[in-house]
Amino acid sequence: MHAIKTTGLTKRYKNLTAVDNLNLDIQKGELFALLGVNGAGKTTTIKMLSCLTKASDGDAFVGGYSIKTQPNEVKRIIGVSPQETAVAPNLTVKENLELICGIHGFSKQKTKEKVIKLCEQFGLNNVLKQKASKLSGGYCRRVSIAMALISEPEILFLDEPTLGLDVIARQELWDLILCLKGKVTVILTTHYMQEAEALSDRIGIMKNGRLLAIGTADQLKQKMATDNFENAFVAIVREDTV
Amino acid sequence: MKRITFAKRCAKEILRDPINLGFGLGFPIVLLLLLSAIQANIPVKLFAIDTLTPGITVFGLSFITLFSATLIAKDRESAFLHRLYTTPLTGFDFIIGYMLPLLPIAIGQTVICYLVAIPLGLDLSVNIIYAVVGIIPMAVFNIALGLLCGSIFTVKQVGGICGALLTNLCAYLSGVWFDLELVGGLFKKIAIILPFFHASEMEKALFSGEFSIALSHIAPIIIYSVVITAVAVLCFLNQMKRQ
Repeated sequence: MHAIKTTGLTKRYKNLTAVDNLNLDIQKGELFALLGVNGAGKTTTIKMLSCLTKASDGDAFVGGYSIKTQPNEVKRIIGVSPQETAVAPNLTVKENLELICGIHGFSKQKTKEKVIKLCEQFGLNNVLKQKASKLSGGYCRRVSIAMALISEPEILFLDEPTLGLDVIARQELWDLILCLKGKVTVILTTHYMQEAEALSDRIGIMKNGRLLAIGTADQLKQKMATDNFENAFVAIVREDTV
Repeated sequence: MKRITFAKRCAKEILRDPINLGFGLGFPIVLLLLLSAIQANIPVKLFAIDTLTPGITVFGLSFITLFSATLIAKDRESAFLHRLYTTPLTGFDFIIGYMLPLLPIAIGQTVICYLVAIPLGLDLSVNIIYAVVGIIPMAVFNIALGLLCGSIFTVKQVGGICGALLTNLCAYLSGVWFDLELVGGLFKKIAIILPFFHASEMEKALFSGEFSIALSHIAPIIIYSVVITAVAVLCFLNQMKRQ
């Protein structure tokens, strides 16, 4: 069953086509990575799919709902962790989580249960009373993802979740993301090849707004006749340049 | 429920920022103490405590604009609003959430100014309550102006425009620091067109129990409050749509 289906999804900004005729099927429960260099159109794609940016052409169906005609229904079933750290800086970790619970209209009891569960799941108990502005980059991303999961979304968008993190924090976050596999459909954008290969069921490679290739890491390696994913990525991107 | 949750968050963000507290409360109080000390040595009618305090409360509201604008501009720049735009919060929820908590903060700031002025010689009278209630329309104007500036400017621009320009405009054009009659001409005409002078005069009149004079100043304040609130709401919704 499709979690996301895009048909000719396009975004134009004056003279620039940020996303060009994107046709994509993502299955329910899949962990799908959009991989590409800066400016490939990954974030714009996520922004359109999460109804933050209007598509210029085409449409996408998220959980069966059109991003063009049913944005409120789409918003009800998605969670988004933006590229930048999107937390309230002067609120504690606990207050940040409670804020999102309140916005989704949870009862006090449900809020309490949610906070306990997510803090356990994301290892946040030791920073629970710390202000978000005082957290390390790794903890900030954990809080950000935990906030995105509060509404129990069917589909979770993670925009460059490990950008700027050190190796240890990145590995820890990968473990957390892998724990979500199968439970929720995850669409993550990244420009780290290792990340896409380690985490994803399938990878879509984007360049200049276009989807150049799609498949599992093994399929992409096989397609480019190499046993190294980085080489496969470079070959796909270069092939397009030629 | 959801808009109250968001409003509480905005209040916490503002009140937990030591710079906000320093400027919002500390600065008006320091001015009150300093000008009272000057008044004690060199008496000037304008700086008499019963004239100065209502003026300072109006001047203090310019910091409310700064708080409001800075919070919104920071939220926009930090992608925090992007996250919230993907939740069930509507444009109306955001506007209420940003504006509502600032009203009690503005009233609290005014009350504190009057309380500080009492040991400095201000008469404790029921008129203080009228003056506190009377500041609400001007507080709405300042809060809405913050929503407007936060919706269109960056954090850096807000610092310059609301932090420097607006506070100075309010200070000079309200007639708190000097008598506008002394300058006269175009300066006075501009001051009379804008709401700061009327707010200051209305507060002074309310405190001294001259209610007919106070009433004569309320119309421009209410007109400015309504117009700026409408423009601010449109600008906020427009930037939300653009996101």
